[in-house]
Order: sequence, then structure tokens, then C-alpha cells
Amino acid sequence: MSLLSGHGIDYHIETIRILEGIDIQVESGELVGLIGPNGAGKSSLLRLLTGVEACTWGEVRFDGQPMTQMPAMQRAQRMGYLVQGAMAYWPFSVEKVVELGRIPYQKWWQQASSEDQVKVEAAMTKTETLAFRNRIVTTLSGGEQTLVMLARIFATEPDLIFADEPVAALDPYHQLHVMEILRNHATENRAAIVVLHDLSLAARFCDRLYLLNHGKLDCSGSVNEVLTRENIARVYGVDSHIECNQKGVSVTSLARISEHHP
Amino acid sequence: MNIRALQPRVLYAILLPVLLLVLLLALNVGPVDIDLGKGMLDWFNELTTMESLILFEIRLPRSLLAMVIGATLGLAGAALQGLLRNPLAEPGIIGVSNGAALGAVIVFYYGMAGFAWFLLPLAGLLGALIAVSIILLLVGQSRSIVTLILAGIAINAVGGALIALALNFAESPYAMQEILFWLLGSVSNRSVNELFIALPFMLVGWGMILYCGRFLNALTLGEETAKSMGFDVVRLRLVLVLGVTASVGAAVSVAGNIGFVGLVVPHLVRPFVAYEPRRLLLASGVTGAILLLVADIAVQVLSSNGEMKLGVITSLVGAPFFLFLILKSRNVLQ
Repeated sequence: MSLLSGHGIDYHIETIRILEGIDIQVESGELVGLIGPNGAGKSSLLRLLTGVEACTWGEVRFDGQPMTQMPAMQRAQRMGYLVQGAMAYWPFSVEKVVELGRIPYQKWWQQASSEDQVKVEAAMTKTETLAFRNRIVTTLSGGEQTLVMLARIFATEPDLIFADEPVAALDPYHQLHVMEILRNHATENRAAIVVLHDLSLAARFCDRLYLLNHGKLDCSGSVNEVLTRENIARVYGVDSHIECNQKGVSVTSLARISEHHP
Repeated sequence: MNIRALQPRVLYAILLPVLLLVLLLALNVGPVDIDLGKGMLDWFNELTTMESLILFEIRLPRSLLAMVIGATLGLAGAALQGLLRNPLAEPGIIGVSNGAALGAVIVFYYGMAGFAWFLLPLAGLLGALIAVSIILLLVGQSRSIVTLILAGIAINAVGGALIALALNFAESPYAMQEILFWLLGSVSNRSVNELFIALPFMLVGWGMILYCGRFLNALTLGEETAKSMGFDVVRLRLVLVLGVTASVGAAVSVAGNIGFVGLVVPHLVRPFVAYEPRRLLLASGVTGAILLLVADIAVQVLSSNGEMKLGVITSLVGAPFFLFLILKSRNVLQ
């Protein structure tokens, strides 16, 4: 049984069809990449899979159980969702932000317990954010903030992590750091789904890819099956050079294809 | 700002004794000097003396009323600033204050205030309820916070316009003066009755607001994240708005509009609770109670005859203080 599965997912906003007939599976131990051009519906799909939004048609199941029948707090304990450009509105210390990850385990009158404190510590260790635990989160760099937001998710100890473009605005060092953390999470017999624009990073870290285009699933499968020159030309409208060697896969966009209409 | 956050124990070890001290001080203030100890003793011995009457019929209700209204305004301000994630939010923003004020003004306008003491607060509560019902109808199931704010501003404007209309067509200068004075906000000449009619609504409202504390903390990371953390954003927003309506509606109904407390108090307290929206709630409530009691003492000391209204002094002191706070904290808040 898959950890997460979506069947025949349709999603409409008013009369506009955003997604149509999407099938998706995620197994334990996998890091799955969602790729596709801007407006393909990647973020919408992610929001449906997290249960933050409800499908118009179709069904999402987590651990065999329909998402709509899961108690909200149980859902929150088993899944973590890193939104695009996550940030804190109030000048919290790093430690306080990470502590928010323990909320799904607390009753409304409870404060963080000593057990919560241990998990917070572990999450900060995992993401290497202990060094700035007392800093105000809004004063950190973009890369550091992303790590803190990831630490918040790790404090929840979820089975499945959803991340919406976690590396979009980061430098190469932090891009690799964030992807390694997500990769390690998946390897611990848990799983993660990541929306990515950087195809080389997707090729390097993901076990499987889903390529979306115009709200439909264009193709899915292993990195080699999905990231072909033809697929990239058809969906992204760019001519590309794909190089595979022992050091990994790299995808370079060479030129726009003039007859492509997005 | 380089203010260190305080442990909750330390914070309340400071706030609660101060509150008690200010309350004792408030009981000592009035046009006549009385012996508090004698008043207390007479009351216990069920003797009706001047001291016990002044203490228990006039000063205690007035001081307690100032206390619970201050607490309500502080709590509601902190709650709305947390919900809207906007440090400029205040209880009036969702239209409750003007709705309640309009209800009361209508009672004055038709000269019914004298018929029964409970007409005024009841009309105020009804006004608050109607205002918030209209807002909730306008907002519907919309997820947008901006819609809520805009609907609140619109209803506030409608309330303000209708109050202006009532003033415009007031029968006599006396009725107009009565309305104006009431609108300025005051807790003088209130009895135990007002306290008893307002307190149940306030307690329910406080409970609803405090119930949302954990949700407000989660909202620090945005609505989408709060949702993914298991919170039903639409339902909890409704609980919070209704909590503010019940408590602030009751406060305005018995005391009129008392400005700036709900806006300033959360700003004042925030650094001491490490900017945590949930801890801010209770701390702002206690601080609001202290500050409004102090303001009520100041009102009585500064002008013994032809008393200055409580709402006037809170605005007079609150507005420049708010400016000062903004200047000091502009680097911390984006």
C-alpha cells in the first residue's frame, strides 16, 4: 500500500479547471519531484495532496485512509507542509518558530513540555540551525530562514513532507543543503514530495518525477524516463542538453523553441 | 527594541500585585475622603454607613467596571492584531464598537434611556450583534482576511454615519449633549447592575478568545501553514470574531467608546512576551485592566468638578504614546 495516493484528481476554481485526472503515488523511502512549467498546477496539486484544499473530483488517500476522513490533528502530526516563501509575521526567535512544529501534539491550553523541547532540539540539530537558535528569524538570510522553516516541520516528526519550491531563492550551497536534508528524510523510510524548477537538482535528488503540463500529467517515472530532450522540448518549449555521468545528471536549457505556445 | 522577554512567572509576579495596588488606590479616590477599612468593616457587619455605601455602591462597581473593560479592550486588541497579523488592528476594526455605540445612541435619541437602566446596555449589545452579523454575511465563506477588514471598515462607517444622523436631528441640545458625553466613554455613575449585565458577555468572549491562542501562534506562519497544522481557519476566525463581539460589545454598551487601549496595550506588552500572540492575550488583558484603572484614577484626580471623560484621557495619552511606540519598534516589525 502506498503511503500517499491520489486517484483521478480534478480541481476547479469556480469554472476554471486547474487540474484534470491526476493519478499519483508516493511510497515510503521515496523522494518524489513535481516538475512542470509555471502555471502547470504543481502548487495546486501539492495543496490538494496535503489536504489543505479539497479536490473537486477524485480522492487522496494517506496510508490507505481517505484524507477527508482523517482527523485534522492526526493529519497535522503525520504530514508537514513547507509553503512557498514561508516566513514568520512576528519577530520570533528561531527556537520559538521551531517550537510551533509541536502544536499538533498540544491541547489548546497546553504549553510546550520538556518532551517537546527534546524534539525541538533534535529538529534544530538535524537542520544545523542550533547555532542561531536565539536569533530573530526575520533577521536571518533566506537560506537560513528556509532551514528554520524545515526545522519547524521536523519538530512535528512527520512521515511525509511536502515542500513547495524550497530552494527557489537559495544559493547553491543552501540548495544542496536543503535537498540533502529532504533526501535523508526520505531515506529514513519516510517520504517527501518536492516541487522543483531546477531540473538538474530534480534529476540529482529525486527517485521519481511527475511532469505536469496545463493541469494534466504529461508523464511520470524514473529520472531517465521523464527528463528526455523530447519531453522537455514538448512541455517547457526549450531545447536542452542533458548530460549523464558518474557525478550526476545536469540539464542545460539552450534555446527557446519559437513555435512553442505556452 | 532591546527589551528582554520575561518568564511568565516573573511577568505575572509583577503585573498582578500592580493590578491589586492600583485597584486599592482607585478605591481610595473620590470626591469625599473615606476610611476604606471602616467601610469594609461596616459592610461585613451589615451596617449601612456612608463609608460602606460609597465603597460598595459607588467605588467598587466603578473600579471593577474599569478593570474588566480595560481587560476586554487589551485582550480583544491583542486577538485581532494576531488574527489579522497587523499591528494596527484594534477592536473597532470589525465594526463592533460603532455598532454598539449606535444601539445606545438610538436609545438616547428616542429618550428611552431613563425608562429602565438595562435598555442602554441591551441596545448596545444588540447593535454589536447586528453589526457583526452583517459583516459575517458580507464575508461569507471567503478565506480572505482583507474582505473581513474591508467589511469591518464599511460597517464602522455606516455606524458612524448613523450616529452623526442621530446627533444632527437630536430633539434638544440636552439630548445631543447626552449622546456626545456618552460616546466619549466613561465609567462614572455606573452601578453593580451595569457590571452584572456586561460581565457574563465578557467572560464568554474572553473564553472564546483565549481558546484561539494556539491558533494565533500557528497563524504566525501564515494561514496556509496554520491549515496544514490542523486548524480549521474559517471556524476559528468565527470563534475569535464572535468572542471580540461579545466582550467589546458589552464593554461599549456600558461605557461608550474608550479609544486607544486596545491598540496600544498589545504593542506595549509584545516585547515582554517574546512577540508570542498566545501569551500576549492574557498579558494584554491584565495590562489593559491596570492602565484603564490608572486612567480612571487620573480622570478623577485631574478634574474633580465637571469630570473629564475616560475616553478623552485614553486618547489624549494613547495617541502620542502610540506614535512613540511606532518610532521605537519600526525596525523590529516589517
